[in-house]
Amino acid sequence: MEVLGQLLNTTLVFSTALIFAALGGIFSERSGVVNIGLEGLMMFGAFAAAVGGYYAQEAGMGEWAPWVGVLCAMAVGVIGSLIHAVASITFKADQTISGTVINFLAAGSTLYMVKLIFDGSGETPLIDGFSKLSIPGLSKIPVIGEGIFNSYPTTYLAIILVIVIYFVLFKTPFGLRLRAVGEHPSAADTLGVNVNKMRYIGVMLSGLLAGIGGATITLTTTGTFAHNTISGQGFIAIAAMIFGKWNPLGAFGAAVFFGLSQAIRNYVQLFEWSKSIPQEFIFMIPYVLTIIVLVSAVGRSSAPKALGEPYDPGKR
Amino acid sequence: MSRIKKIFATDTYIIPLIAILLGFLVGAIVMLIGGYDPVAAYSALFKRVFGSPYDFGEAVREMTPLMFTGLAVAFAFRSGMFNIGADGQVMIGMTAASVVGIKLGGVLPAFLLVPLAVIAAGVCGGLWAGIAGYLKAKRGINEVITTIMLNWIALFLSNYIVRTFLLLQGQNRSEDNPASLSMTFLFSTFDNARLHWGTVIALVAATFFYVYLWKTKQGYEMRAVGLNPHAAEYAGMNVGRNVIKAMFISGVFAGLAGAGEVLGVFHYQSVFAASPGYGFDGIAVALLGLTHPLGVILAAILYGTLTYGSAGMSFGADVPPELIRIVIGSIIFFIAAQGIVRWVLKPFYFKRKKEKVL
Repeated sequence: MEVLGQLLNTTLVFSTALIFAALGGIFSERSGVVNIGLEGLMMFGAFAAAVGGYYAQEAGMGEWAPWVGVLCAMAVGVIGSLIHAVASITFKADQTISGTVINFLAAGSTLYMVKLIFDGSGETPLIDGFSKLSIPGLSKIPVIGEGIFNSYPTTYLAIILVIVIYFVLFKTPFGLRLRAVGEHPSAADTLGVNVNKMRYIGVMLSGLLAGIGGATITLTTTGTFAHNTISGQGFIAIAAMIFGKWNPLGAFGAAVFFGLSQAIRNYVQLFEWSKSIPQEFIFMIPYVLTIIVLVSAVGRSSAPKALGEPYDPGKR
Repeated sequence: MSRIKKIFATDTYIIPLIAILLGFLVGAIVMLIGGYDPVAAYSALFKRVFGSPYDFGEAVREMTPLMFTGLAVAFAFRSGMFNIGADGQVMIGMTAASVVGIKLGGVLPAFLLVPLAVIAAGVCGGLWAGIAGYLKAKRGINEVITTIMLNWIALFLSNYIVRTFLLLQGQNRSEDNPASLSMTFLFSTFDNARLHWGTVIALVAATFFYVYLWKTKQGYEMRAVGLNPHAAEYAGMNVGRNVIKAMFISGVFAGLAGAGEVLGVFHYQSVFAASPGYGFDGIAVALLGLTHPLGVILAAILYGTLTYGSAGMSFGADVPPELIRIVIGSIIFFIAAQGIVRWVLKPFYFKRKKEKVL
């Protein structure tokens, strides 16, 4: 039983960053803009959180320092996403390409700046990130208490955001407009929705959320930012978003699934019987499982209809 | 002749050139902000590449896998797919070339062994990509997800095969591979730079890319599927089969990159700590080259020059080599957002048009 609680807990640690980034991806893609750049936006966030958190800690902000890091990550994530927005919305660039640009610029500029700020070192100094927060009462429940109610504050935030964003997307006029712009921009335009403005908002929210996702990794798992801090998490978040059919609840489920398969990988290695299995096969588990689940359970993916098409009012 | 005129009349060539200039400009501005000397940095970059025969040869070596993975990503792109998995296909290609080269090394003569290892690399890379193509065609599963997952699986599978079957005792690398693609006759000319036949194969692959896609019926179908799968299906084309075939060919290109690296450069295979990143560079090269084979070759030359030279830049002017990624990212940005470049060019364009009218 204790193991189960720990497994759940580790699962959530691994999933949190993916949840944020996948939620960000949903905002962008629901508005009709493909976002391959989640990886880069996470990198921006992880970098900003490490640097901002470091300086806040140096300034003696103590427990609040990680939150300063999160705020920096949000800001830098939004700024990064604007590059994508300007290129793909205003200048009608191919969205896949401008998303790739984000990944490139992020990989280059974050490391460039780290070396600039920290005198040529390829890594930011180690900082104290978030500490786990147990919720009084609830954390005493067997399994679930240990698993869920004794987590990092970012994990609680992610779970709350899943519900909030689900509500915003499907139950508010704003969400309706955002989705309309992604499904049928010209119809939305006719009804007086400013297509480009909605898309800018969608992309900027994706930068904000992916930024928090990146921050989560530096502030809960690694404590520093280096070239390999993100290493593919953004792409896995994209997979979670597609897997979850562009729905916050679905993406949450998919992100937890990825987190679980990563956690299982760590736990399997603790057992004696796993010694006979080559470690490479254990490492493969999350990725093979994903493909198997996709093949067996999920049908054709249902992307927003106008995804990837720049909006051109003259082309109706 | 009229054809040549037509090429230069359109802005296909002008926009990338301006984009490259703007990219360098952005890099210079970033360097100035960081307190570096851009002139010193850029001259150190080019001096590094063109300064000695050895460095020039090594730069060509660096360009070669970029040509292959650039072609791989571009070919998939033309057929309507985004192949993020070239990295995994390269690793599978490497492993296939290592297995064939090392296991059959004592059995077969070199003139059979080397082609066999190269073919094995291409076919295995193709089959690996074909998995994603098959899943897309038969199950409608987004190739972006599957290729990402297959990258990781390829990494671990390659490591497993190398570790279990090919390892040199007590080391993290395979035995030496008796199959070699090295151009030994050029070694003295280029001060032992590791030039290899992979470069030539890459140029052949680019030619194949062009001829197949633009001069054959199958290539026409593939491009039709890429432009509009629904229309292609309506016209009686088998979309699924084209998707699988396109991914296979894309994977062959990537697999050959692996053969070039293992048989031409390293002559052994290491256990990878992380994915080598050839595929991600390939995405940039394909986009820089506007997904046209000739463009991809030119883009690989540019990309290879910049990445190889970036080491010189950090040595000569103390600029972090990561800066070069900002330059490359900016170039792709300006090529993608051509509106910005047109806006920059606008004053010149108007002038030219007036001249034409007169």
